[in-house]
Amino acid sequence: MIHMAGVGKWYGDYHALRNVSLDVARGERIVICGPSGSGKSTLIRCINGLETHDEGVIRIGEDEVRPDRRVLQRIRARVGMVFQDFNLFPHLTILENCALAPMKVRGLARDAAEALARELLERVRIADQADKYPAQLSGGQQQRTAIARALAMQPEIILFDEPTSALDAEMVKEVLDIMKALATEGITMLCVTHEMGFAREVADRIIFMDAGQIVETGSPHDFFTAPCHERTRAFLSRLLY
Amino acid sequence: MRYVRTAPEPVRPAPPRPKRPALRSIVSGGANLLTTAIIVLFAIRAVPHLLSWAVTHGVWNGDGDACRDAGACWAFLRAKMPFILFGIYPEAERWRPILVVLILGAATLWSLPRAHWTRATLGLWGVAIVASLLLMAGGRLGLSPVPTSAWGGLPITMLLTIFSLALGFPLGIVLALARRSDMPVYRWTATALIEVMRAMPLVTLLFVASVMAPLLLPAGVTADNLTRALVAFVLSSSAYIAEVVRGGLQGVPPGQQESARALGLGRSTVLLSIILPQAIRKALAPLTSTVVVIIKNSSLVLVVGLFDLLSAGRVSLNDPAWPTPYAETYLVIALIYFVICYGFARYALHLERTTQGGERRP
Repeated sequence: MIHMAGVGKWYGDYHALRNVSLDVARGERIVICGPSGSGKSTLIRCINGLETHDEGVIRIGEDEVRPDRRVLQRIRARVGMVFQDFNLFPHLTILENCALAPMKVRGLARDAAEALARELLERVRIADQADKYPAQLSGGQQQRTAIARALAMQPEIILFDEPTSALDAEMVKEVLDIMKALATEGITMLCVTHEMGFAREVADRIIFMDAGQIVETGSPHDFFTAPCHERTRAFLSRLLY
Repeated sequence: MRYVRTAPEPVRPAPPRPKRPALRSIVSGGANLLTTAIIVLFAIRAVPHLLSWAVTHGVWNGDGDACRDAGACWAFLRAKMPFILFGIYPEAERWRPILVVLILGAATLWSLPRAHWTRATLGLWGVAIVASLLLMAGGRLGLSPVPTSAWGGLPITMLLTIFSLALGFPLGIVLALARRSDMPVYRWTATALIEVMRAMPLVTLLFVASVMAPLLLPAGVTADNLTRALVAFVLSSSAYIAEVVRGGLQGVPPGQQESARALGLGRSTVLLSIILPQAIRKALAPLTSTVVVIIKNSSLVLVVGLFDLLSAGRVSLNDPAWPTPYAETYLVIALIYFVICYGFARYALHLERTTQGGERRP
């Protein structure tokens, strides 16, 4: 489903991704963790071309990710993304936020797009807020809207970039619950997160990154109980306080 | 050590807060009191004087002779109002500019509510503008032709303003986007155009358009004075609008663009549905100022011999049959501008309050 081979990325002279190779199977649930600045976000932002990689190959199915507008638009229609800061469109209602892309990209009629949007808002348990604006919602509700907005494109893959990092502690759970439900539905998930409980419960595979490299990958069981790399052990020991 | 609440703390109304007296800053302290006293004394002396000029000794009826050695000559304005409003447009055809003012005014009023911001309204404006130009110029449908040099007064002011905005706005947005473009050629061109237009006084620009353009245009191509002035207005307006819109664009967080692109939206959708609505909303307050300045700037066409509201007023003062009531004439013209500009500013404020889209909670 996702094939990355020898991917390198620089910000100026800073080497942000170093020779990253990763293959993700259809329906696989991946959690990417690691200290800040380790390249986790850069990695998943390269998958939908929000960042341009400088070397190596990234393929989504048959499509190669390259800086070509049409190719990127086609890939992004298949790859949903949820951001740390929600990034809802503040001038549109919750319903319009979710119905916009299906109308403009998939060419659905307004009625069909809104019906789809309502159905997804139901699924993230926020249907009663459909006619409000993002600023009138709590952080957790906004992030659930953002998930519904991404799902409205019926993507094959969904990328989460620290989806709970900007939330109050009391709202983290409501977002994680939605993500857990999603994980049981067969969609391919890549999730950058510090929520180790979620990783342990949901992930098929955990990828640990440090300094732009993949340091260790493994099943949650191996990762938490028998970490091999010294850097992973140091990271895990600091999490348990 | 351990504490557990047994009964909830009651919610009570807020205690009374001392109100800040509205007059305090102008009556407290020696200097403030003195300044206030001087201003009040001045007003007390000025008001009766003004009233006696405007009302008691004001002349409302009669001709030029009745106004000599009297107060305000309102009779002059009654006699000259058609000329001030419609300039030297042939009197027999005056119904045409009257109709134009009504058409453009009605189209403007119709466009105010947000519910009317539709494609149909856009089409309506197209019809209104074509009809207005046709009515003014004539030469078709059995209307006698009237050259633009004979157009004047309020229709000129309205047409100049509407064209400056209708063409200046899209051009300004294009310039603002070009100035932020990654493509150096676009960026440099837009920057050069904006900076030159802003650095030149509009009066100079009008002179250039009116005097230099005939020299620059290829032989055989002519543009009348009104068209040339219009081009100058559109270019100048677009430069100012571009900078205000650019400010608004800078206020839209980069995450908006990213999340829109991540949904697979195309470039034009990202721009038209996501970025521009937010940018213009953020720029609404400075945009209002810019538009009001553009409305008032239309009066500058008097320097190139066009008869807008203000220049028609000036010309009407040249009639030897009347004394020259400058103050009254300018006062009335100022009042017309005030009504238009203040009306627009209030409308923009209303828009600002109602289109926040939840950014400011209702």
